[in-house]
Amino acid sequence: MRNRFNNPVLQKEFKLRFRTVKSFVGLFMYLLIFGILALGFIYVLTLNQTYLFFQPEESRALFSYLAIIQLVMLLFITPGLTAGVVSGERERQTLNILLTTTLSSFQIIVGKLLSSVAYLLLLLLASLPLFSFVFLFGGVAPEEILLVFFMNLITVLTFGAIGIFFSTLLKRTIAAVISSYVLTLFLTIGTVILFFISIGISRGLNPGGIPLISYFLTTLNPVFALLTALNIDVTGAFDNWPSLPVWMMYVIVYTLVFIFCTWMSTLKLRKEK
Amino acid sequence: MIEIKNLTKRYGTFTALDALTLTIERGTVFGFVGPNGAGKTTTFSILATLIPPTAGDALIDGFSVVRDAKQVRQRIGYMPDFFGVYDQFKTKEYLDFYGASYGIPARERERLIPQLLELVRLSDKIDTYVDLLSRGMKQRLCLARSLIHDPEVLILDEPASGLDPRARIEMREIIKELKNMGKTILISSHILPELSVMCDELCIIDRGKLITHDSVQAILNQLKPERVLAVRVKDRFAETIRFFEDDPHVSLVARNPENNSLTFQFRGDVDAQVALLKKAILADLPIISFQEEKTKMEDVFMELLQEVDDGAESLQ
Ligand SMILES: Nc1ncnc2c1ncn2[C@@H]1O[C@H](COP(=O)(O)OP(=O)(O)OP(=O)(O)O)[C@@H](O)[C@H]1O
Ligand SMILES: [Mg+2]
Repeated sequence: MRNRFNNPVLQKEFKLRFRTVKSFVGLFMYLLIFGILALGFIYVLTLNQTYLFFQPEESRALFSYLAIIQLVMLLFITPGLTAGVVSGERERQTLNILLTTTLSSFQIIVGKLLSSVAYLLLLLLASLPLFSFVFLFGGVAPEEILLVFFMNLITVLTFGAIGIFFSTLLKRTIAAVISSYVLTLFLTIGTVILFFISIGISRGLNPGGIPLISYFLTTLNPVFALLTALNIDVTGAFDNWPSLPVWMMYVIVYTLVFIFCTWMSTLKLRKEK
Repeated sequence: MIEIKNLTKRYGTFTALDALTLTIERGTVFGFVGPNGAGKTTTFSILATLIPPTAGDALIDGFSVVRDAKQVRQRIGYMPDFFGVYDQFKTKEYLDFYGASYGIPARERERLIPQLLELVRLSDKIDTYVDLLSRGMKQRLCLARSLIHDPEVLILDEPASGLDPRARIEMREIIKELKNMGKTILISSHILPELSVMCDELCIIDRGKLITHDSVQAILNQLKPERVLAVRVKDRFAETIRFFEDDPHVSLVARNPENNSLTFQFRGDVDAQVALLKKAILADLPIISFQEEKTKMEDVFMELLQEVDDGAESLQ
């Protein structure tokens, strides 16, 4: 009986990933950019203060800002990190051999996914010290911090699964990378544009309410979702919307997308045309 | 045992493999010969469960490549015609990863890897990065990799392509060793002489169709319907010439009176050749030697396929 948690692909990806300079350069760049953006914000906040001190509201704003910055950076990194994991093996001509082993398609996909997610988690953890201001000056409840962490995890998992899905479906890495970024752009920016268009149209037709489609558009958007999880009201309260908070719906929708992508990748991995 | 039944692969309207039917007994070294595009890689990819056939099936030890892919994978070791390696791995890590992929316990892998490296003559490279190995070494490493789960069947797609003569001989020696271990081995090549020295049986395919399948000897005979035989006698030269000219299988007798030898074309199978020699000896001809002149098998092979080889590859 093979140990379920002993995934050779995961171990291999770990070994190979942490052997490349690229991973460490990536980590370093991530921290550098994150640090600059965080410190820049703190600098602006404290411009007319003599010494470093935050009101709880300021600390809270800083926390929200950092959480969003982190999300945007992860959204930027994840497709690039995952869209090559299967097609890259195909291009390097190592996939064939991997597919003739007795590894199940699911094991291969999960190994690939978890190793990418593990790297992203490392980025998350490495940036924790930058959040220490928040712990120092309060204003944010521990469960909110956990919620943000949870939301970013869901986001990373789903976008990772999307990247791997394209990587499995499309033969070329470049095509998979472009598709993943296009979809990411659509979900982060496209949905916002469509949201405003849907509101504009519905205002013209029916001044009273905001259509459900607008609600669903917001639940597709990771930034919207995170903002609502942070209790930042970006859309305004609409009476006729479902009472389910946007972020909860987001978690449900993204979990479904995650399951769908992982499942499709597993099905498609061994299907040559 | 491998049973290939009506195996067909179509890409759109193009038929890459056309109803191939073959049975390969356990322990046989079986060669697939055919020019570029014949369908060798297609056949091997189907057997390795990498691509599904359009029609037909292949059974390995009774397990279908279509329905029982996992059992098939457990029983075959596959070496593709082109393959890559994970450059960041050392030789032993490379093998260790594949061992783990077949569910072999770590302790067992530890024991197996030096043995396999010894078999493919790479023991001194155990700590070398795979990237730094020469092409021939990578090829041998890939062969070792295909053996890690001790499969009964080896599917080797042009294992000697791109190797220099010495590396080819080395590869051949290793395959001989594997045959002695009782493995069933399928090898493809587009060079007939190379396979004829390694294999027990051969099949020739061209444009997706099986042209012939037989023992190596039978195929070589079939390919050479006209052999050139040379005979030398001590004396009674004129009598000898008359004797051979009278045989129905013999034609184009060329004489060389200086050393009492003659050469002629002989049309007939090995049995007919044996009979001829026997008859000559019973006729009390003072035969010193009776031998086949080497003909270039490759030429004949290409004639059969009515194809012109690019000529880039030669016998060793
Ligand atoms: N994915 C594919 N799509 C379309 N045609 C293909 C595909 N794969 C192979 N073919 C065609 O199938 C035929 C058989 O190819 P195959 O690779 O099996 O030949 P081969 O005998 O291995 O030749 P070689 O000696 O060059 O390796 C070729 O004509 C090839 O172009
Ligand atoms: Mg081929």
